[in-house]
Amino acid sequence: MSEMRFEQPKTAEAASALLAGTQGLAKVLSGGTDLMIHMRNGNIKPELVLDVKGIAEMNAITVEKNGGYRFGGAVSCMQLLENKAFAETWPGIIDGANLVGSIQVRGRATVAGNLCNASPAADTVPAMIAAGAIASVVGPAGRREVPVEQIPTSPGKTTLAKGELIVSFLLPKRAPHSGDAYLRFTPRTEMDIAVVGVGLSLTLDDKGVCTAARVSLGAVAERALLVPEAAAALIGTKVDEAALAKLAAAASAAARPIDDKRGTKEFRIKIAGVLARRAAEKALARAKGNK
Amino acid sequence: MAKQHVSTVINGDPIEFLCDANKSLLDVLRNDLGMTGTKEGCGTGDCGSCSVTLDGRLVCSCLVLGVEAEGKSVQTIEGMANGEHLHVLQRKFLEHAALQCGICTPGFLVAARSLLERNPDPTEEEVRFWLAGNLCRCTGYNKIIEAVLDAAREMRGA
Repeated sequence: MSEMRFEQPKTAEAASALLAGTQGLAKVLSGGTDLMIHMRNGNIKPELVLDVKGIAEMNAITVEKNGGYRFGGAVSCMQLLENKAFAETWPGIIDGANLVGSIQVRGRATVAGNLCNASPAADTVPAMIAAGAIASVVGPAGRREVPVEQIPTSPGKTTLAKGELIVSFLLPKRAPHSGDAYLRFTPRTEMDIAVVGVGLSLTLDDKGVCTAARVSLGAVAERALLVPEAAAALIGTKVDEAALAKLAAAASAAARPIDDKRGTKEFRIKIAGVLARRAAEKALARAKGNK
Repeated sequence: MAKQHVSTVINGDPIEFLCDANKSLLDVLRNDLGMTGTKEGCGTGDCGSCSVTLDGRLVCSCLVLGVEAEGKSVQTIEGMANGEHLHVLQRKFLEHAALQCGICTPGFLVAARSLLERNPDPTEEEVRFWLAGNLCRCTGYNKIIEAVLDAAREMRGA
C-alpha cells in the first residue's frame, strides 16, 4: 500500500512550508518525467509529492516591467516552444527545450525540473546559463534570486536547501543585435542524451562588434559550466575567424569531462571547441537578423 | 493512507475513481478502469505506447499520476473510433499495413491525431519528428509515416 501523500498547493509559500515540514523525502512534481521514473524504479520513495502546477506564477510566461521575460518553474518545454514571441527572443533556449525527450516528454518536462534533476547533460541548462537567467527560489526564509549556473553542483545534487523550490526564471531584457544558440552532439538526432552541449549568447553593437557574450558547456564536467574565458575570446571582436579559433580553444581548455559509454574524454574536449564555434556562428547569424 | 478520489473526463464521459497517490494514470486506465487499449511498453517515457492526451496535450500516461487527472480531460485510443466507424487514421493504418504486432499502434494513432489537430498538412519530416517518441519494432516506420500522410490528405479533402 502507498504511504505517499499528494498535495496541490496554490501558492509558492504553501509549497515551501509543505516541503520544509515533511520529515521524510518530499519531491516537487511539475513535469514528473524524471520523478516518475525514479519512483517506479524504486530509487526513491517520497513521503510527499507536491504537484506545483496549480501555482499561478509557476505556470505563467510574462514580460516584466523592465522588458525581460519571466517564466514559471512548471512551464513545460512545449509551452515555451508554442510562445512565438518568447521563441523569437530566445531561440537558443528553444534549441535546448526542443531537444528534451520526445513530444510526449516535452509536453510535461520543465526547464526547472531539468535544472533540479541536475544532470550535467541537461539540454535546457547551457542556453539558460548563457542567457544569464536568474532562478527565483522560494523557501522558508523567503525569496532569493540565484543565477542558474549556481543551482546544480553535481549529478542529482543542487544548492537548494530543504523547503526551497524554483518558482520562476527571470531573463534579462534582450538588447538589439543579440542572438543565442544551443548545439549538442549526440549519435542520434532525437531522443538522445548530449555527449557535449554548448549554449552561447552574444550581443553586437551597430558596427557588428561583440559587446557582450556568455558561453556555457554541458556534459563536460560534473555540472554545466559557465566559461568566461570563452566569452572573452569573442568580446571586442567581429566574431571573425581568429576570434572563433580562440573561442574553440578556450572551450576545449575549460572542458574536463569523463570517459563513458557516450564518448571519450579526448573526443568530448575536441567537440566542445567545435560546437562552441558552430554555436557562435549560429548565434551571430541570429544577432545579425535581429535588428 | 486512504485512496484519493478523482473526478475526470475520459473520452468525453465523466468518470470517477479512487486511486493510490503514487499510481500512474496508465495503471489507472488499464487496471482500474479496464481501458486496456493504452499499452505499456517501457514504463519510462521512451516508447510512446502509452500515449494519451491530457487537456489536449500529448503525454506518456506512464509519466502522469492518476491523481493528476483530477478536473482534466483525458483522450485515449478508446475514444478514437465512432462506434463501429473507424477514424480515418485507423482506416489508413489498416490500408497501408502500418502495423504488425500492434502493441505500439494505439500510441501511434493517438500521437498522430494530436499532430493532425495542430498541423493538418505536415511534411514527411514533420511527421517523423512528431512521432520520434513512438517506437515500433515491426514496421520500419515507413508504412506508418505513409499512413499518417495519407490520412492527413483525406482529412483535408485533398
